[in-house]
Amino acid sequence: MYNGGKIITGLIIFVLLITAPFLLNVGQANELPEISLNTPVINQLSEKQCVESVEFMRSQHPQLLNDWRDQVVREGQTVYVSSSGEEYEMSLDNSCLQCHSNQSQFCDACHNYTSVELYCWDCHGGGLAK
Amino acid sequence: MNRRDFLKGIAAAGFGGALVFQGLDKFGTEAADMVPNSPRLQAKHWGMVIDVSKFQNEDDFQRVADACHSYHNVPAIDDPKEEVKWIWEDDFEHTFAELESNYLSEEIKKMKFPVLCNHCEEPSCVRVCPTQATFKRPDGIVAMDYHRCIGCRFCMAACPYGARSFNFFDPRPYIDQVNPELPTRTKGVVEKCTFCVERIDKGLAPVCVEASGGAIMFGDLDDPQSEVRKALRENFAIRRKVELGTGPNIYYIFRGGGAGA
Repeated sequence: MYNGGKIITGLIIFVLLITAPFLLNVGQANELPEISLNTPVINQLSEKQCVESVEFMRSQHPQLLNDWRDQVVREGQTVYVSSSGEEYEMSLDNSCLQCHSNQSQFCDACHNYTSVELYCWDCHGGGLAK
Repeated sequence: MNRRDFLKGIAAAGFGGALVFQGLDKFGTEAADMVPNSPRLQAKHWGMVIDVSKFQNEDDFQRVADACHSYHNVPAIDDPKEEVKWIWEDDFEHTFAELESNYLSEEIKKMKFPVLCNHCEEPSCVRVCPTQATFKRPDGIVAMDYHRCIGCRFCMAACPYGARSFNFFDPRPYIDQVNPELPTRTKGVVEKCTFCVERIDKGLAPVCVEASGGAIMFGDLDDPQSEVRKALRENFAIRRKVELGTGPNIYYIFRGGGAGA
């Protein structure tokens, strides 16, 4: 091999550079986002229950909001019946944000952590204190 | 591998793939269940009748426009090139341009008329929208889905009534008091009167109808017993720019069978 030493040294430096972010963070747990449920409305609830179960909301809320949007805007339906039989108005402003009035500590906590930029607040949540 | 085995393998792979996709489908919202008979107002053909004789002074217009604009979070922008408006006033010459005459009566010349989206039968804005952000509902309302609007402004060019406004910048700083029940709009979308769809779907009358104190009527134009049909039976009525074939659904009545016109 011609110039073997240089090539192998170069390769080692390259691999070290590429894996540096992983190597530097080995053994360190990243701080998980803290989701706050501390709002006046939620604190007043005797049973803290969203429109669906926590697991469902965690995994499916984007899909749920998408469905709500299409139902309200394009189909003209306003009432959602949850799997437990409760009826809710399908509205980000009038349902979700009534309880979760702290979107910067609730919604944004996870979305900032996962680097998902929300543009909901460009139009919705205009009544909330910034 | 011969040709026969190869084809069998392909068929088996396709079948397996279909099963996998079916399985993935289960991750959709299974809990999504909507009530089909929510308390909305039903009609086949929404329309409005505006009694022009009841719009006498500036206050009558201002009351209706203010009620609409504050309810719908419409920003108050002074520059006419950038303003956003859902319902406003205009004179006879511009409202009914095709009825233009050199010898208009003084009374008509001075008159103002409330103008808004006509919720056309054949809406040209809907035809040109490339994303179906604006669409005609089965009940006749020309609605907007701001989530889909890409701000191309084709609809503004297509609308013969100038009923659409573009948000050249973030409108929020121009809204005095945000109505928290409804969203505002964002930079880069077109907006217009929505016939208060969100109120109709909840069983309420449009805001302008309520604020006008009887000067604006609304109802089902397909129902001969409705208030609007009754008003149209008894009075002389005109619509804006009918000759364009858009089929506007806002009627302007002149009380007294035309004698007042």
